[in-house]
Amino acid sequence: MGTVILLTLTGLGLAALYFLVASGLSLVFGLADVLNFAHGLFLGVGAYGTWWAAGNLPGAGSDGFGFVLAVAFGVAAGTLVAILVELVLIRPLYSRTIEQVLVTVGLSLAGVALLQATWGADARPFPRPDWTRQVTGILGAQVPNGGLLLIIAAVLVLGAILAFLRWTRYGLVIRAGVENREMVTALGIDVRKAFTLVFAIGGAAAALAGALGGVYFGTVSPGQGGSLLIFAFIVVVIGGMGSVVGSAYAAVVVGLVQQFVNYYGTSGLGDICVVGLLAVVLLLRPQGIAGKVATA
Amino acid sequence: MTNSVVDAPPAQVPAELSPQRGRWHRVRPFLPLVALVVLAILPYSTISLPGIFEGPLNSPGTLQLLAICLIFGGLAAGYDLLFGRTGMLSFGHALYFAAGVYGTDILVTRAGLPLWQAALLTITGGTILAALLGAVALRTVGIAFAMVTLAFAQVGAILVARDFGGLTGGEEGLPLDVSGLPAGLVGVTNTVNLYWLALAYLTVVVFVVHRVSGSPTGRVLAGLRDDERRIGVLGLDPYRYKLVAFTLAGGLASAGGVVYVLIVGGASPHITSSELTLSLLVMVVLGGPGTRWGPVLGGVLYMYLDHRLTAFGTSDAVDNLPAVLSHPLSQPLFVLGTVFILAVYFFPGGLTSLAPRLSHLTRSLRPPRH
Repeated sequence: MGTVILLTLTGLGLAALYFLVASGLSLVFGLADVLNFAHGLFLGVGAYGTWWAAGNLPGAGSDGFGFVLAVAFGVAAGTLVAILVELVLIRPLYSRTIEQVLVTVGLSLAGVALLQATWGADARPFPRPDWTRQVTGILGAQVPNGGLLLIIAAVLVLGAILAFLRWTRYGLVIRAGVENREMVTALGIDVRKAFTLVFAIGGAAAALAGALGGVYFGTVSPGQGGSLLIFAFIVVVIGGMGSVVGSAYAAVVVGLVQQFVNYYGTSGLGDICVVGLLAVVLLLRPQGIAGKVATA
Repeated sequence: MTNSVVDAPPAQVPAELSPQRGRWHRVRPFLPLVALVVLAILPYSTISLPGIFEGPLNSPGTLQLLAICLIFGGLAAGYDLLFGRTGMLSFGHALYFAAGVYGTDILVTRAGLPLWQAALLTITGGTILAALLGAVALRTVGIAFAMVTLAFAQVGAILVARDFGGLTGGEEGLPLDVSGLPAGLVGVTNTVNLYWLALAYLTVVVFVVHRVSGSPTGRVLAGLRDDERRIGVLGLDPYRYKLVAFTLAGGLASAGGVVYVLIVGGASPHITSSELTLSLLVMVVLGGPGTRWGPVLGGVLYMYLDHRLTAFGTSDAVDNLPAVLSHPLSQPLFVLGTVFILAVYFFPGGLTSLAPRLSHLTRSLRPPRH
C-alpha cells in the first residue's frame, strides 16, 4: 500500500513538472500555431537563473525567503527571455509555420550551447532549502518534499491560468483566439498582443518548472530541458493542442503510467508505454483528449 | 467547321524571365562527373592545406573526416527527399540511421555474421521499420506528424540507452568487432577504402534522389509539398506516395548507417538522439531544401564545421578573446545554431540560392554595355 501511494505521489510530482512545461507549449501552439522547440531553453534559463541568483544576488539564498527571491528571479529571467524571443524572432514570421519551427530549433541548439559555454556541460548541485531534502509521511509512504512542492506549485499554476482565462479580458481574447483567430482579428482585436502574453505565461511556467525541477532532481544541467521537452510534447498531443485542462489530465496520465511501469516493469519500459499511448490516442482520437478548445 | 480550334498566340515572355545561357552552359551537365572524379582521386594527392585540414589530404585523419562529411551529405540528401521535396517535417530520421548503425554493429559483433549479410539484413530491416512506422505516423499530418516521428525516434533512443537484452552496450556504445570484416576495410592504412565507400554511398543517394524526383512519382511528391488537397482531388492517394517517400528515405538512411559504423568503428548512443535529426534539418535548410546539390553541400559543410569549429574554439586566436566572446565561440552548436537562424531569415533558399542572388547583384553593379 505504501509503495502504491509513494508511486502515485512521485508520479504526480513528475506529472506536475510535465504540466508546467506543457501548459505553455499547448497555449502557444493553440493560439499562435507555433511548435516551440525553444521551450526547453526557457526551462534552462529559469533553472540557471535561480541557481545564479541563489549564489550571487544580494538577499537571495538557498533557504527561506532568500530562496523564494531566487526562484522569483529565475522565473522573471525565463519570462523575459520568452518575451524577447517572441518579439524579436517569432513575430516577423507569423503564419509561416515551418520557418517558425526552424527558428525555434536553431534557438534551442544555440541557446543550450550558450548555457553550456557559460556554465559548463556538467550537472551543478542545485541550491535548495533543507526541508525539500526531507520526506513527509503520508499514509505510510515516505514522500520527498520536493515532489510535493512541485504538485502544489502545478495546482496553483493550473488554478491561476484557468482563472486568468475565465475572468479577465485578455483571457477571453486568448480563448477566442484559440478557437478562431481570424474571427478575433476581424473584430478589430490585436491578437498579436495576446501572442506575446501567451509566450510570457508559457515562459514563466517553464522557468518555474526549471527552478522547481532543480529542487526535485537536486542538480541542474544544460540538457535537462531537452529531455523533458519531448515528454511535454507528448503530453500536449495527448491532451489536445490549446487545452490547458487537457494538458493537465494528460500530464497526470503520462506521469503515473511512466512511474508505475518503470517500477513494476523494467526501467525505461514506462517511457516506451507513454509513446505507445501517444500512438493509440493519435490513431483513435487525433485531436487529443480535449480537442482544440481552450477550456476554462 | 468541326474542329476549328484556333491555337492561342504564344505568350510573350519578358526577356529577363527567359533562361539565359551562362558562360558555362555547355560544361554544366558534366560538372557533377568532374566533381566525382576529383573526389575519387583526392586520396592520391599529398597536398596539405594548413588551416583547413590538419594533415595532408591523404592522411588517415583527413580522409576519415572527409568520409564522415560525405556520409552526412548523403544523409541530408536523403532527408531532403522528405523535407524539401515532399514537404514532410519528420523529426525522427535519426532512428533509421541509428537502425543502420546499431543493426550492422549488433549483427557483426554479437551474432558474428559476415559483413555483407549483416549489411543486407540491416538495410532490409531499416526499410521495413520505416514502412511500418511511417504507416502509423502518416495518419497524422503537419505538426502532429513531426511530433509522432519525434516520439518514435525517442523510443529508439530509450531502447539503445537502457540496453534491453544487453545488445546495444547502453551508454558506452558498442565497438565494432573487426575480426570478421574484410581485410580491406580494417586498419588505419585502409581508411582510403572507407573514404571511397562513403563517396559511393553519396553518389548512390544523389542518383536515387535525382531519379525519383525526376520521375512521375517525384512530380506527385512535389505536388504534395505544394498543395496536398489538390493531389487528392486529382484522384491520387497522398498517403501512399508519402509512405513511398518515407520508406525510401528510411532505407537510404539505414544504408548510410552501415557505412558510418565501418568508418567510425562502432556505435555510440548519441546518434540516436533527436539532435541528430535536428542537425539534418539544419543541413538541408542551410544548403537549400528541394535542390539537388544544396542538401549535399549543407551536410558536408555542417559536419566539417562541426568538427573543425571544435579545434577552432580551442585555438589561441579564440582563447585570447574576452571570455564573453571566446566561451560561446568554442561551442560549435552555438555558432551553427546562430548561422542557421540567420539563414532562415536572410537566405531562405540556403547556400544554393546565393549564386543567383549574387549574380543579380553583380549584373546590376556592372556598367551597362553599349
